[in-house]
Amino acid sequence: MRKQVPLLLTFCAGMIPIIALFVPERHVSTVSTTLDSWLIIVAGFALLLGVVNVIQMNTNKIRRKSSGWPYAIVLLAGLAIMGTFGFAGAFDVFGGIATRPDGSSTPFDWLYQNAFLPLQGTMFALLAFFMASASYRAFRARNVEATILLIAALIVMFGRIPFGEMVTKWFPITTEWIMARPNMAAQRGIMIGAGLGAASMALRVIVGIERSYLGLGKGE
Amino acid sequence: MPVSSRYRVFSLPLAAILLAIIPFLVFSARVDGQPPPEQAGAAGTPGAALAPESTAVQPPAVEALTAADTPGDEGGSVTVKWTEPAGAADLGLTYKVMRADSPEGQYTEVCELAAGESEYMDAGLTDGRQYCYKVLSVVGPGIAESAPTLPASPRGNWFRMFRLNALVLLIVFSGSVLFYIARARRGKPIYIRKIAGLNAVDEAVGRATEMGKKILYIPGIMSIDEIQTIASLAILGHVARLSAQYNADLEVPNKDPLTFASARETVREAYLEAGRPDLFREEMVNYVTYDQFAYTASVTGKMVREKPATNFLIGSFYAESLLLAETGQSVGAIQISGTAEVAQLPFFVVACDYTLIGEELYAASAYLSREPVLLGSIKGQDLTKLLLMLALGLGVILESFGVAFVKDAFRMQ
Repeated sequence: MRKQVPLLLTFCAGMIPIIALFVPERHVSTVSTTLDSWLIIVAGFALLLGVVNVIQMNTNKIRRKSSGWPYAIVLLAGLAIMGTFGFAGAFDVFGGIATRPDGSSTPFDWLYQNAFLPLQGTMFALLAFFMASASYRAFRARNVEATILLIAALIVMFGRIPFGEMVTKWFPITTEWIMARPNMAAQRGIMIGAGLGAASMALRVIVGIERSYLGLGKGE
Repeated sequence: MPVSSRYRVFSLPLAAILLAIIPFLVFSARVDGQPPPEQAGAAGTPGAALAPESTAVQPPAVEALTAADTPGDEGGSVTVKWTEPAGAADLGLTYKVMRADSPEGQYTEVCELAAGESEYMDAGLTDGRQYCYKVLSVVGPGIAESAPTLPASPRGNWFRMFRLNALVLLIVFSGSVLFYIARARRGKPIYIRKIAGLNAVDEAVGRATEMGKKILYIPGIMSIDEIQTIASLAILGHVARLSAQYNADLEVPNKDPLTFASARETVREAYLEAGRPDLFREEMVNYVTYDQFAYTASVTGKMVREKPATNFLIGSFYAESLLLAETGQSVGAIQISGTAEVAQLPFFVVACDYTLIGEELYAASAYLSREPVLLGSIKGQDLTKLLLMLALGLGVILESFGVAFVKDAFRMQ
């Protein structure tokens, strides 16, 4: 029973969207859309579970003085402050969570604009440095393949900047050719393979052969 | 004859001819062409009264107007189609779609469309009831009316015929997968090529055990409705079993709450299956945050502080892929990654020791478990891939000769 019920539910939940793709009957589409709504509701409850887990984990970390415990204090403080202003804003205390009608920021919005967004931007900006270090490692001409990669990368980089076009018009032309022909062909090959793999995986899940994601061990 | 007399002889008949022709030319100009407005208005001639009518453009009416039940819908709509008159865009035509209950009934405007449109789906109708349509072509005050359509009646359909090709492909694909699964059940040996990244999983877990350091398993940032996440959880089950057997320290930080709940169950069951439920701790699988970069900051911070021996980055990743993989690389961890996100694959290839590319990710659970039934599904998938490759080759050849049959057969709506 512990195995059969989840597998039956998986089968139904997997088959309904497939049927809805081919059968435009009103009841089928209603069931399919309702399932999507249920997913959002379930995700909402799961998020609550996640928040409880964050509080438990970090409280324990502070109590045990585990490695990096001061960060746990910052995290819990951030959660408490943003959570308080968010909840209060939802009940229209402090003027809501977005900007007020006069254009001034509510506390939640102010924190979002002045703390959260800059931090998020900082993380994203790090990508440029990581990309440089990864490129340095990848573009070392150690063998024939790496040399081809290096040459292709240099052409594409020069073709994408005004300086490259200034040197010769062939840089942007060759860049376009590399991106539209060999690069696109390789990408589509991977995408077709991945698409078939995903469909095969979905089929295994729907018919109950693949059940390791349920924690039910190997397939049968 | 003196010269002057000769001129006189010719000039008199010429003048008479010219006098006869000029009034005729003036009259012709008034009838065939439009007189200059200022002349017409000022003169107060009949030309002035005709001027407004002669400047208004009479628009051409649309042709081949048809109305029919919208195919492949759940009912309640009729699709009206027409052929635009030539030069509709240059004339600045607009179309008013009019609807009535019968060809002679009272027509009401349903919508107004600009030139360039030749189709309109009228929704919100009652199934079984009849509707007739007209289309008015409008330019300024000029209006041209099309002939009314025959009555059309909306009704619900049971199948989207335009997706028949997708259904055929689905049946072929499912059939080949199920055929090879049945074959595998009968005990037929199935060959599957070696996948270096999956062969290295045991070695990676063993390394972490020997070093006494952590294994960090990152199941991507997407929810459980993403098939890559499900594939990742299947691999997580295998890694967790090995961790339980070797008594290695495993940690699974999560971004999505549903993935978190599923990952926890997967790890718990894996420890139970390995006969070591005592080693399972709730905090092994933890939730971090729903924000992409906050999650990245937390996990990279963990990597830098705790220096895990092994990192698994398997699932659906986006901009955080390189941040995670490069940080893991910088702390000296052995890294096994896998994703079907084409844009992120180069980052993983550069920064990780092994990368599962696209379909290898989905084949992982079958490969690792060595279950014949699961391996059979991989074989079936390969057969469909072979058929698609043949169709692709045939399509390229036929398309080169201007035959679009294969391309059209695969067009999905």
